[in-house]
Amino acid sequence: MQGYVHSTESFGTVDGPGVRFVVFFQGCPMRCLYCHNPDTWQPAQGMVMTTEEILMQYERYKEFLKSGGITATGGEPMLQMDFLTDLFTKAKAKGIHTCLDTSGICFSPENPDACRQLAAVTDLVMLDIKHIDDEKHRRLTGQSNRNILAFAEFLAAEGVPLWIRHVVVPGWTDDAASLEALGHFIGGLKTLKALDVLPYHDMGKAKYEALGMDYPLADVPALAKEDAEAARVQIMKGLKARLLEK
Amino acid sequence: MTNIFEPEWEGFTPGRWSHTSINVRDFILKNYTPYDGDESFLEGPTEATTKLWEQVMDLSRQEREAGGVLDMDTKIVSTITSHGPGYLNQALEQIVGFQTDKPFKRALQPFGGIRMAQTACKSYGYEVDPEIVDIFTKYRKTHNQGVFDAYTPEMKLARKSAILTGLPDAYGRGRIIGDYRRVALYGVDRLIEDKKHQQDTHFVRMTSKNIRLREELSEQIRALGELKELGQIYGFDISRPARNAKEAIQWLYFGYLAAVKEQNGAAMSLGRTSTFLDIYIQRDLEKGLITEREAQEMIDHFIMKLRLVKFARTPEYNALFSGDPTWVTESIGGVSVDGAHLVTKNSFRYLNTLNNLGTAPEPNMTVLWSVHLPRNFKKFCAKMSIKSSSIQYENDDLMRITHGDDYAIACCVSSMRVGKEMQFFGARANLAKCLLYAINGGVDEVMKVQVGPKYRPVEGDYLDYDDVMDKYDQMMEWLAGLYVNTLNVIHYMHDKYSYERLQMALHDRDVKRYFATGIAGLSVVADSLSAIKYAKVKCVRDENGIVVDYEVEGDFPKYGNDDDRVDSIAVDIVRIFMDKIRKHHTYRDGVPTMSILTITSNVVYGKKTGNTPDGRKQGVPLAPGANPMHGRDTHGAVASLSSVAKLPFRHAQDGISNTFSIIPDALGKSTKVFSGELDLDALRAEAADEQNAE
Repeated sequence: MQGYVHSTESFGTVDGPGVRFVVFFQGCPMRCLYCHNPDTWQPAQGMVMTTEEILMQYERYKEFLKSGGITATGGEPMLQMDFLTDLFTKAKAKGIHTCLDTSGICFSPENPDACRQLAAVTDLVMLDIKHIDDEKHRRLTGQSNRNILAFAEFLAAEGVPLWIRHVVVPGWTDDAASLEALGHFIGGLKTLKALDVLPYHDMGKAKYEALGMDYPLADVPALAKEDAEAARVQIMKGLKARLLEK
Repeated sequence: MTNIFEPEWEGFTPGRWSHTSINVRDFILKNYTPYDGDESFLEGPTEATTKLWEQVMDLSRQEREAGGVLDMDTKIVSTITSHGPGYLNQALEQIVGFQTDKPFKRALQPFGGIRMAQTACKSYGYEVDPEIVDIFTKYRKTHNQGVFDAYTPEMKLARKSAILTGLPDAYGRGRIIGDYRRVALYGVDRLIEDKKHQQDTHFVRMTSKNIRLREELSEQIRALGELKELGQIYGFDISRPARNAKEAIQWLYFGYLAAVKEQNGAAMSLGRTSTFLDIYIQRDLEKGLITEREAQEMIDHFIMKLRLVKFARTPEYNALFSGDPTWVTESIGGVSVDGAHLVTKNSFRYLNTLNNLGTAPEPNMTVLWSVHLPRNFKKFCAKMSIKSSSIQYENDDLMRITHGDDYAIACCVSSMRVGKEMQFFGARANLAKCLLYAINGGVDEVMKVQVGPKYRPVEGDYLDYDDVMDKYDQMMEWLAGLYVNTLNVIHYMHDKYSYERLQMALHDRDVKRYFATGIAGLSVVADSLSAIKYAKVKCVRDENGIVVDYEVEGDFPKYGNDDDRVDSIAVDIVRIFMDKIRKHHTYRDGVPTMSILTITSNVVYGKKTGNTPDGRKQGVPLAPGANPMHGRDTHGAVASLSSVAKLPFRHAQDGISNTFSIIPDALGKSTKVFSGELDLDALRAEAADEQNAE
């Protein structure tokens, strides 16, 4: 099966455990204000690759990837659901660790069958929850978070290990109440394995300039590492509170 | 050789090394203690170490403030015994010895070339004593003079245009590693005895070859005598073997010190000493003579001395090498031919000096990497690399096949069996410029004069791949011949006027000589040819019809992305040029090899190379070594390294280098996200405890 790929990275070290072969899928329905890969937004562009080609490249580098595996990111990989499922199914058959880095936006609670098939061949999902509040989520990403939160609960029910990512954007996602509410939500996810709180950075700016686009968060300063750590403490507070609920 | 087991060897397992011949490798394999543990045994710096290092830092500051040189000798020509003893603080130093009578004072070494020595002095406000200038101009010919007496006009022009670059014709060639361990293991007297035996047992028919060998052996014996004297200057009798760890380090260092007092070589590498010295340290530790702290202190002081090796060089020379490098390369680790790793505690101690004395480029710590190295050592290397960015890695699994398990690296990549192989260092040919010569029929694109042969230049507006390749092949043919012959002149004269008598005294008599050529600009050539083949490249000519610029229309595969379409071009170029090198006669039956290695000089080469068909502009640095051009490898490190790894080692046996930088954050998450996972049950218990405490 073939699909649209923006690019591949042969030495991914921050997109899942170990050294990983990272496939950037082309196309994304979200329009996150701080997206640092706006060049992956448009669907049906970029390189056409087959799942076999991707796995052949993986095989070339497997000496380096022994402790890691393959990560699908983007763009939004789930936008090309069949392609993604095919890739992971074949990867699993070869014993390769599969990791999906997703926003969860493509999940539809009314029709979970396709996702169930994907979940069966996915070793780990890194789910990026942009905002816990639906209204603020819309403002930040252009989309509701309803399906995203439903996807998290779906994955937990399916038994898929989950890492939650959250980017702390000054003035946008850093209020204590929201952080706690986020923690409260993820505390209910039984397969939660890690929480990665990332400080907002503005390294995407240059890409917007190169693409001739306005950078929507031009006035927002990058966040200090310590502030992200403080935010993590807030989230953990909500998380622990949830754990204590009977 | 005398069949006596020396009293200093008590406790060592005897073998061929003690009863048959000079054989340090045999000594190591029979006596070393492999170490599989981690770094927790290591000790920090002693008070003496810290105090001495502060003194060094202070002198370094003074040297910087003085414009790069603190003091220079202008009267005394440096020889093994030319100077009295020099110290930092004699009471604190465990290991002693400087090149002159005090630290940071640069020696006068005119045998490579008096003009170079004069310029070096003048650049820093010193004047070589007129009498010395007189002697080395009128009465004692130098290497440099010899070379220029024999150079052809074509050689001089190629040198000027920098199609041949960095030739060791005005300075010491370096890249020869004496087996300094022999001094410690055998003592100088036994080495002299062995050399006399060598002299007594070689061919007696007086051909020029045998006369030269006989003269060289006499020089070597004389140098060993002077080495003994050097020991005496510092109050040591190094005629006998070293009897403990401190003596072993000191004896070994005297061997090295004598070499750097005699030669101002481009690279004065140390060899493979850490596991050898570990045997002495281990013996002393087991006897309870020293503690680990004292062992580390001795190594720290030894490394400190190596960091203070300095030469008088010209600003141009320093510009070429982006600094003032000495290439005191030490090779650490590796695996023996029977599969056992050669890592000892001392391998860790050497790397630990980067903690105790801080980060430094010298000595150039080079880990001979193998998949079979112990895991703990690998982890420690990775940790120290992240911390210091000062460790070089070389593929032991690849080199062991050719060089066995007692080779070392000279400079940055040149491998040679210690004491058994040496090389004639050959700088490099600029293959990027050679491609431009092919296009312009031998006319230099910067100097605008005919340098290469006047072949037919490229015609028409667009470059045709087959046409350019055909012309390039012929131009490389010319360049390879000129290059080898130029090197023949250089090494003939270096042997004649600036022979490395002490370093060669610490070699076997019949050494294998590598004739080490090199190339620069490989990735520019590969990308240029790829552009010509897969895109369209339009020529821009100046008023004289010389192609001076190129317009690339369309995209093309770039070297560094694991793309065979272009990587195969790079592979072909390496093989083709090496095969052309192989066709030529080499001085002293040197075995031709080639390196792809420029680590710093690529910047200067870039300045002297015009616009290239890959879109690179004149003055932009060539990529270092076998690296892809900056920013053109877009598929990540593994893809980039895979392109480099395709280059055939058998056609580039003097080494292939790749400079790899990565910011620590890009090596993974510093937080525990990826390893320390959230344990919800533990968190629940923790939360419950917190609630109870309130």
